[in-house]
Amino acid sequence: MKQRFSAFTLLRNGLSWHENWQRQWRSPDPKPAYDVVIVGGGGHGLATAYYLAKEHGITNVAVLEKGWLGGGNTGRNTTIVRSNYLWDESAALYEHSLKLWEGLSADLNYNVMLSQRGVMNLAHNLGDVREAQRRVHANRLNGVDAEWLDTAGVKEFCPIINTSPDVRYPVLGATLQRRGGTARHDAVAWGYARGADARGVDIIQNCEVTGFDIEGGAIVGVQTTRGAIRTSKVGVVAAGHNSVLAAKAGIRLPLQSHPLQALVSEPIKPVHDCVVMSNTVHVYVSQSDKGELVMGAGIDGYNSYAQRGSFHIIEHQMAACLELFPIFSRLRMLRTWGGIVDVCPDASPLLTKTPVAGLFINGGWGTGGFKATPGSGHVFAHTIARDEPHPLAAPFSLDRFTTGALIDEHGAAAVAH
Amino acid sequence: MLLISCPHCGPCDETEFHCGGEAHVARPHDPAALDDAAWGAFIFMRNNPKGQFNERWVHAAGCRRWFNMVRDTVTHRILAVYPMGSRPPAGLGHLGAAVVEDAQ
Repeated sequence: MKQRFSAFTLLRNGLSWHENWQRQWRSPDPKPAYDVVIVGGGGHGLATAYYLAKEHGITNVAVLEKGWLGGGNTGRNTTIVRSNYLWDESAALYEHSLKLWEGLSADLNYNVMLSQRGVMNLAHNLGDVREAQRRVHANRLNGVDAEWLDTAGVKEFCPIINTSPDVRYPVLGATLQRRGGTARHDAVAWGYARGADARGVDIIQNCEVTGFDIEGGAIVGVQTTRGAIRTSKVGVVAAGHNSVLAAKAGIRLPLQSHPLQALVSEPIKPVHDCVVMSNTVHVYVSQSDKGELVMGAGIDGYNSYAQRGSFHIIEHQMAACLELFPIFSRLRMLRTWGGIVDVCPDASPLLTKTPVAGLFINGGWGTGGFKATPGSGHVFAHTIARDEPHPLAAPFSLDRFTTGALIDEHGAAAVAH
Repeated sequence: MLLISCPHCGPCDETEFHCGGEAHVARPHDPAALDDAAWGAFIFMRNNPKGQFNERWVHAAGCRRWFNMVRDTVTHRILAVYPMGSRPPAGLGHLGAAVVEDAQ
């Protein structure tokens, strides 16, 4: 029986110096066969396993992770959560996700520290303003909360921002999604892992998938560094390595893997209580509960699997940050890092069946996957369990690169991908 | 930051260059003859190897000329630089499915 977290258990464990907390999930050896195998133990993979067990009653599930839980992009992103996407298909998917976020801590009995502090997307020129206002209208038609703020409104919402008209890219206004904000990235992985484990899912770390067993066009098992596992359904949720895994099953994906870098400053007292994103000068900035400023921007232009990028990308985003926030000019940056993101040509994800029966792929989230974690897992679990796409996932199939029904969020989303 | 040896200008900082993606993707001779799947594959499907990758770069802030490179996507080591229209040095890189009788 899993220990429930509450004020009472916190108090009781406090009295014993916090030495008697249960392990939050088991570390079982892989069984010879499972109903479903999820490849990739990041947020999306763990969420998929959780919803398979919770919503569909499929508990004989393994999550195979080649490293440690949440050690990839789940632990490397800038933790921003929002749903203000332009196109109907994206807005529906990300709004579904945001609604799950809003109930997630209670659902998981795990504090994911969702802080709906408001996400502002700045406009710096007439084109930005028109695009942003169009997106506000589109969001409202799709039931996504959105507001347009003029320059004075931006200054009121975020007083430390530089709204002088004399800078190279003056702030002409912004869209605001008040329900957007940040969440604790590690807690999302841990919460889903704990919830899935409690329902019987085996979470197996340090277990790399090295190949797929396919007979008669259908999946019958996977080969791993810890032996062969028989299964009839496999969900690949491996972010930057989706192409590598798909190639082992003979499938080409329209994905390119790029480094996406982020950085944090030294921790300081609370100074920035919202999320600011700017597409044009290209940086996004929030402050973590620990006090660090968390910043990110765009991908490095070349393909890479190295989890690091070039320094000029960092220089560029720091320049953008200081243009918006001169108050940060004397802060020191503590560390930078990179994650490998898989980007689709239309900057929208893949939630799809494949030509191999029983093999499903969830990827292509590019630079915006964290916010989608609950919704992605929810609709992907449905897709695997029913062997047909969830209605919200259907537009994100691999077929769209044949039919041409792209969901072109490049530039249409609130920040560049 | 990569240090890239432009075949015309010599070694320069990566900031002077722009990466143009996979090299050796030949435009089909008769596009009208392709079905949707083949055309979609030409437009959207690219190799994404973990390891050696044949890619195009342009020296945008220099001589503005394009060239090909073989680069390792794990180590970022540049293994070869070679001219447009030529094949990569023997044993380097993996040419994609769409390649390329017509790279002379």
